[in-house]
Amino acid sequence: MATFSVPDIKISGIAACVPEDIYFNENYDWIEEKERKTLIKTIGVSQKRHARQGTTTADLCYDAGIELIRLLEWNPTDIELIIFVSQSRDYIIPATAGLLQHKMGMTHQTIAFDIGLGCSGYVYGLSVIGSMMSTGKIKKALLFTGDISTLNTSFRDKSAFPLFGDAGTATAIELDSNAKPMVFNLQTDGSGYDAIIIPDGGIRNFADKDTSFEYHKISDGIYRNGFNIALDGIKVFNFSLREVKKNINNLLADSGLTLDQIDFIVLHQANKLMNETIRKQLKQPEEKVPLSLEEYGNTSSASIPLTMVTQLGSELEKSKKTLLLSGFGVGLSWGSVVLEIDHIQCPSILIHPNS
Amino acid sequence: MNINDFILKVEAEFEDLEPGSLTPETILKEAFTWDSVNALIFLAHVNVEYDVELSANELIEANTIQDLYNLVEVKVINKG
Repeated sequence: MATFSVPDIKISGIAACVPEDIYFNENYDWIEEKERKTLIKTIGVSQKRHARQGTTTADLCYDAGIELIRLLEWNPTDIELIIFVSQSRDYIIPATAGLLQHKMGMTHQTIAFDIGLGCSGYVYGLSVIGSMMSTGKIKKALLFTGDISTLNTSFRDKSAFPLFGDAGTATAIELDSNAKPMVFNLQTDGSGYDAIIIPDGGIRNFADKDTSFEYHKISDGIYRNGFNIALDGIKVFNFSLREVKKNINNLLADSGLTLDQIDFIVLHQANKLMNETIRKQLKQPEEKVPLSLEEYGNTSSASIPLTMVTQLGSELEKSKKTLLLSGFGVGLSWGSVVLEIDHIQCPSILIHPNS
Repeated sequence: MNINDFILKVEAEFEDLEPGSLTPETILKEAFTWDSVNALIFLAHVNVEYDVELSANELIEANTIQDLYNLVEVKVINKG
């Protein structure tokens, strides 16, 4: 569909949480030093966070959510809507949002559900939560996004293992009749469903004790089984370079804005080569398009809020800024939003301790 | 576009390549590690420089620098 705008909502705060363990890509000895160095430089990821088995995305989101409402002085019982955007849910069923509703001490009046998106998930999530709040006059809501991707990634897959990091985020959203409308442009191309995929464990390829766990050689340096994330790098790359700029330009045209009127462009942190190429396509300076890849890697639907927290946090706390956010990838699904951020709570990144 | 200019830009793009080391006849696999990462770097380069898109298959079929140049040139011409 064409672009659409959501009035009367504003972001009041953003928090992000990562697991305690740090993985340094310089120690990735599955590949030789020369190749490792080129890879680290190209994808731009020196280190990232790995969750230990037993920690879930919802645990990271919970920490972020609790800290955020403490700073905002919100009572959990005031929150009427939560959405959990993730592809690493606690259970196959039920939805994880209900677990968060209960754990955070929210009332039975709470609307809570999951959205199963990755790279585009933050922008999609904002559009859904904003639209519901705007039409339902819901005063306070929390959007949780993030993924634990490292558990599903094969160590013996050089195309995926060095890239992904784990993170969970919480974004507080409020009804405010003075807020500038958020304008969205959301798109999908399901023909590329297998460009980023975990093939087994769903209903299509039901988990099989023999075939699902078996590792296959895909190419040199790439071995994985049916539960591992499979990435078709060139397909995702071509898609992103083709579609993201178009999506952003259409959004800007429909909202009557130019890139000069945008203070920061926060892109999904795919990998450095991809993000820098998109930045060059848009002819924007480095300082306007922040990166958090170096320290946190690709954190799926957490990457946009995590970049806002780690790279722009103090700026967003003390000033008013116009931002363009753009997420793109798994689905294939992509979308952008233009919004205004005005003196929000943006605490430093939180660390989820190993228990 | 012309091939000399194309070569200069490719040499600048890859750290492994010495300026002046490539000719149209250079075989890609002999000149540098022609792997998936370098293929992505090349894709990004031609996207920004010439605004064209190459597929994985097209890249795999290319054997020499001239092959790569021809691929890009055809797309630039077809773009009008």
